[in-house]
Amino acid sequence: MPTTDQTLEEILSLAASHFKVPREKLSADDDFFKTLGIDSLQTLDLLTRLEHHFQIELPDYELQGVSDFRTLANRIQARL
Amino acid sequence: MNHFQGDSLSWDLKDGVIELALHRAPCNELGSLTLDEFEKFANALKNLAHEAHALIIYSTLPSGFCAGADLRELYHRSQQMAKDEAIKGVSEFLERTHRVLNAIDAAPLTTIAGVHGVAFGGGFELALVCDLIIADKMARFCFPELRLGLIPGFGGIPRLKRDLGNSVVRDLLLTGRSVNATKMQSVGLVSQVVAEGEVLKLARATAAQIGKFDRHTAIAAKQFIKPIPYEELRREIDIFCELFSRPSVEAGLRKFVESTDAQPYLP
Repeated sequence: MPTTDQTLEEILSLAASHFKVPREKLSADDDFFKTLGIDSLQTLDLLTRLEHHFQIELPDYELQGVSDFRTLANRIQARL
Repeated sequence: MNHFQGDSLSWDLKDGVIELALHRAPCNELGSLTLDEFEKFANALKNLAHEAHALIIYSTLPSGFCAGADLRELYHRSQQMAKDEAIKGVSEFLERTHRVLNAIDAAPLTTIAGVHGVAFGGGFELALVCDLIIADKMARFCFPELRLGLIPGFGGIPRLKRDLGNSVVRDLLLTGRSVNATKMQSVGLVSQVVAEGEVLKLARATAAQIGKFDRHTAIAAKQFIKPIPYEELRREIDIFCELFSRPSVEAGLRKFVESTDAQPYLP
């Protein structure tokens, strides 16, 4: 099983690649809505990509109030 | 009318296939304008069905198939009326919507929902009237209504129960969570999951395959395997209106409509 740091790195790489943001501009405690400039529909798109990537189901209500990559990584880690 | 170009939807009949395209920004919210045009389609469908063997419903918008009922219109219109009048208006809107969806559900041709992006609430219900759902791998399905104190109002529960086991129905309804296309294929609702951007192409290929069959047989098979739960659909309207009259629903809708957060208000 990957460590939380590895999971976090995979999330950052996936987000950077899909939303075309340089990886070095993203960090764990960033507000991903602001850093990626995404709206609610794009957030669902990110959620679906993460579910496919990690082969998990992540209920969207678990992301209520989550806006930074580190917390997101913790939520995903709990389902790996 | 083999061709129609509206503000929220358009259709075209070509080579025995009707393609109904949804294109009302931001994500095909189902409000009064869209319903007016859907009613035109339902009326035209009686004649179109003589010349067609398949119907494909899809969205031309990148945001998705359909984000559901236009809650902003619902909320703002309700605010302009007395409570009893608002409930009567909602009931009439639901009756009209059910007539359209029942007509598509029972249409004597094979119907395909080509879903990408979000199919939430009423959008999910629109997909559920179709015989087959073909979904882009990035599609997401959700019934968020209970999170706002309501139940789906466009036939969601009766049609989901028709197609799926009750435990899946409870999961989707009682948690209000959204699920991806792969999950919906694994529970048996989505018939094909396709690569990103390939939904319409694969829906057309499926429609072409269906066109090879004897039409009379296809209609007979559909009538045999796809009963329409009219009694439960009727009951759904009554329950929806009963719930809609509660102050907590108005408060939830207000929070949802007035929310400017990147993630809209949903408890």
